[in-house]
Amino acid sequence: MSRLILAFQCFFLVLFGKKLPPAATKFLPESTTAVSHPEPAVTAKAAKEQAPRPEVAKPTSDGKDKAGKDTAVGKEAKAEPDRPKVSTAQHHRDGALALLALLQREGRLIDFLREPLDGFSDADIGAAARDVHRGCRKVLDQHLSLEPVVPGEEEAKVAVPKGFDPAEIRLIGEAKGEPPLRGTLRHHGWRVVDAKLPALAEGVDRMVIAPAEVEL
Amino acid sequence: MKILGIDLGTTNSALAMAGGEAPAHTLPIAQVIGPGEVAERPTLPSFLLLPGEHEVPPAQLQLPWSPGMRYAVGLFARERGAELPHRLVSSAKSWLCNPAIDRTAQVLPFRGAQRELDPEMEGGERVSPVNASARYLAHLRAAWDDANPDDPAAEQEVLVTVPASFDPVARELTVVAAREAGFDRVTLLEEPQAAFYAYLATRGDAWRQDLAPGNVVLVCDVGGGTTDFSLIEITDDAGNLALERIAVGDHILLGGDNMDLALAALVGRELGKPLDALQQRALVHGCRRAKELLLGDAAPASVPIAILGRGSRLIGATLKAEVTREQAEGLLVDGFFPRVAADARPERRRAGGLREMGLPYAHDPAITRHLAEFLARFGRMPTHVLFNGGVMKAAKLQARIVELVRGWAGREVGVLAGADLDLAVALGAAHYGQVRRGQGIRIRGGTARAYYIGIESAMPAIPGFAPPVKALCVAPQGLEEGSTVELPDDELGLVVGETQTFRFFAAATRKADEAGALIDADTDGLVELDPVEKLVEADGERAAGQLVPVRLEAHVTEVGTLELWCVARDGHGRWKLEYSVRERG
Repeated sequence: MSRLILAFQCFFLVLFGKKLPPAATKFLPESTTAVSHPEPAVTAKAAKEQAPRPEVAKPTSDGKDKAGKDTAVGKEAKAEPDRPKVSTAQHHRDGALALLALLQREGRLIDFLREPLDGFSDADIGAAARDVHRGCRKVLDQHLSLEPVVPGEEEAKVAVPKGFDPAEIRLIGEAKGEPPLRGTLRHHGWRVVDAKLPALAEGVDRMVIAPAEVEL
Repeated sequence: MKILGIDLGTTNSALAMAGGEAPAHTLPIAQVIGPGEVAERPTLPSFLLLPGEHEVPPAQLQLPWSPGMRYAVGLFARERGAELPHRLVSSAKSWLCNPAIDRTAQVLPFRGAQRELDPEMEGGERVSPVNASARYLAHLRAAWDDANPDDPAAEQEVLVTVPASFDPVARELTVVAAREAGFDRVTLLEEPQAAFYAYLATRGDAWRQDLAPGNVVLVCDVGGGTTDFSLIEITDDAGNLALERIAVGDHILLGGDNMDLALAALVGRELGKPLDALQQRALVHGCRRAKELLLGDAAPASVPIAILGRGSRLIGATLKAEVTREQAEGLLVDGFFPRVAADARPERRRAGGLREMGLPYAHDPAITRHLAEFLARFGRMPTHVLFNGGVMKAAKLQARIVELVRGWAGREVGVLAGADLDLAVALGAAHYGQVRRGQGIRIRGGTARAYYIGIESAMPAIPGFAPPVKALCVAPQGLEEGSTVELPDDELGLVVGETQTFRFFAAATRKADEAGALIDADTDGLVELDPVEKLVEADGERAAGQLVPVRLEAHVTEVGTLELWCVARDGHGRWKLEYSVRERG
């Protein structure tokens, strides 16, 4: 149903030469989304400086030959023109994988999610969950600053101002008239204010999010 | 020029800066935090990992500013190093002041005498305590330079802190390490003084309301691996408050790590299952957290400790244990900070004839007994306490120290609220840089000890009797930086062409000895240090075997090191005595 409304909305917007709403962009073909959609903050600069390439290059361990002396680490923001072209898609993927690796290393998150819970008592799960929670929480605290999108108590009345961004505030139910709108805050939302993700060294296979361990 | 304060710690190092009008503040340090991951952390763990080719792929060690890294310093070094103890250098600073080894020889990671002789042991890279310290400093320098490319660290005014108990050799070696790291000019500052400067920086002018003339402040610094005490007296200098450091304690290798291990041993026994090395590490981590919770304010009745399963199967294999508040208080507060009388003394186990070479860890874990001895030795009771070091964050440990000192002194004892106990030393060092530029009050004190050179008495040789040795005071206590003392003429001579070695002593409690005072070398309170030596080469002017009459000169440099000079009495030549860092029995 909502797609039908979106489709009508898009039709009229395009007809009158306006920009498409953010919700519509996910229906665009891939080559256009990379340009029209805002990039996550950490890699935004890299994305602008390096043309996005559709095919994903596998990380090579001999990055040295191409990179000269500057093989090292994620100073993507200051990328020089002669640096190896690592696709934006790979940067995104490596960043996501590195975050997973951190959550696994500090909080064993992958182990926890991959383990079937059947047959364990709530107490057993609870004991492990406490440590998983502590480790993963530490990663969040160290690398991301979070704040509510809409400050204020949940379940309290709030006013949605005129000109609000529908990507920030999701309306549930039917809006009567034009904003400002009155409503009840059900979830205050989360916004990442600052993402201090680790800079990533090249030549490290990020697909391995936890190496096998062999004790000698 | 900015001011950089560096806390070169036994287990953690920190960096602070001050400059222009900006007050001193600490800086996060970029470092390798995981395989191929670089991020900032508030401190740099003082660990050096020297991995072999199968252990860590070089790509995982790379830093933005240094693509060819073959080793790691910091968090990743500590974490990955726990799995590779034979590749991990830790506590380099304690080795730097260990006279039982040659501190410039490549002995770290230390393997123990047994394995040292084992031909089966694989070689691997090893470094000297000086070189390990240099790598920590070089990392701080490079991290700063990467963030401030137009303002290189080596061009700033750099202050490096050392334990107050560091002897002249360890201080000299710290300067050598700094030079190796590319800091040509550094100034040394004692850590407890740095902690006090951090208090001054944090309190601003309000400190004048906290303290009055006649007050004595105990700086009680308990870190991860070491414990250090100092006394600072507040005096009246023509109507103004003045600060003087009046006493420093010995270097005690005892700290929070001992407490974590003790708690882990207790919990481990209760688990009743043998743990492998990695589970043991997880247990120690859990115990550290439990310690902080149970000894802090509003402590819970107990803290659960879970050791997650080793394999990918997590839940079924999790070991569960619990530490209660009573257990933690009994073991940690009463075990490490027992209630003792003012005349208590630490136990000193007599060393056996053969002892494995290693760090001279304190035998008595009771920090309060070490404190009682320290206060009794100097005969002063503090009126205030300033805590420093991560361990002293625990409210219950602070309370125990205050309770004891109050009992010993027979009056109330105030607690001075300072800066963050983990970062205070770096912060205080940066503040001290500003004080040196005339912005703020300076702690006076000069050298903490008096120094003596051993002189053999001239007497007929008797078989079986070593000639008695006299100690000649060459540098009295309290010499300020930049000052020089000349000794009155004495019958001292250097033999040309021979390495002349002098025994070297220090005393912390002989304030009255002036330069030139001659006392017996076995006087109470005199501690023998590494010898000092000099080889005067024969040249055109002097033939081998010739005796050159000299007089001695002691000079405390602006850097904060002690130099001893021999000056030829005929005015032709002066030679600096070198500290010997060779192994001694």
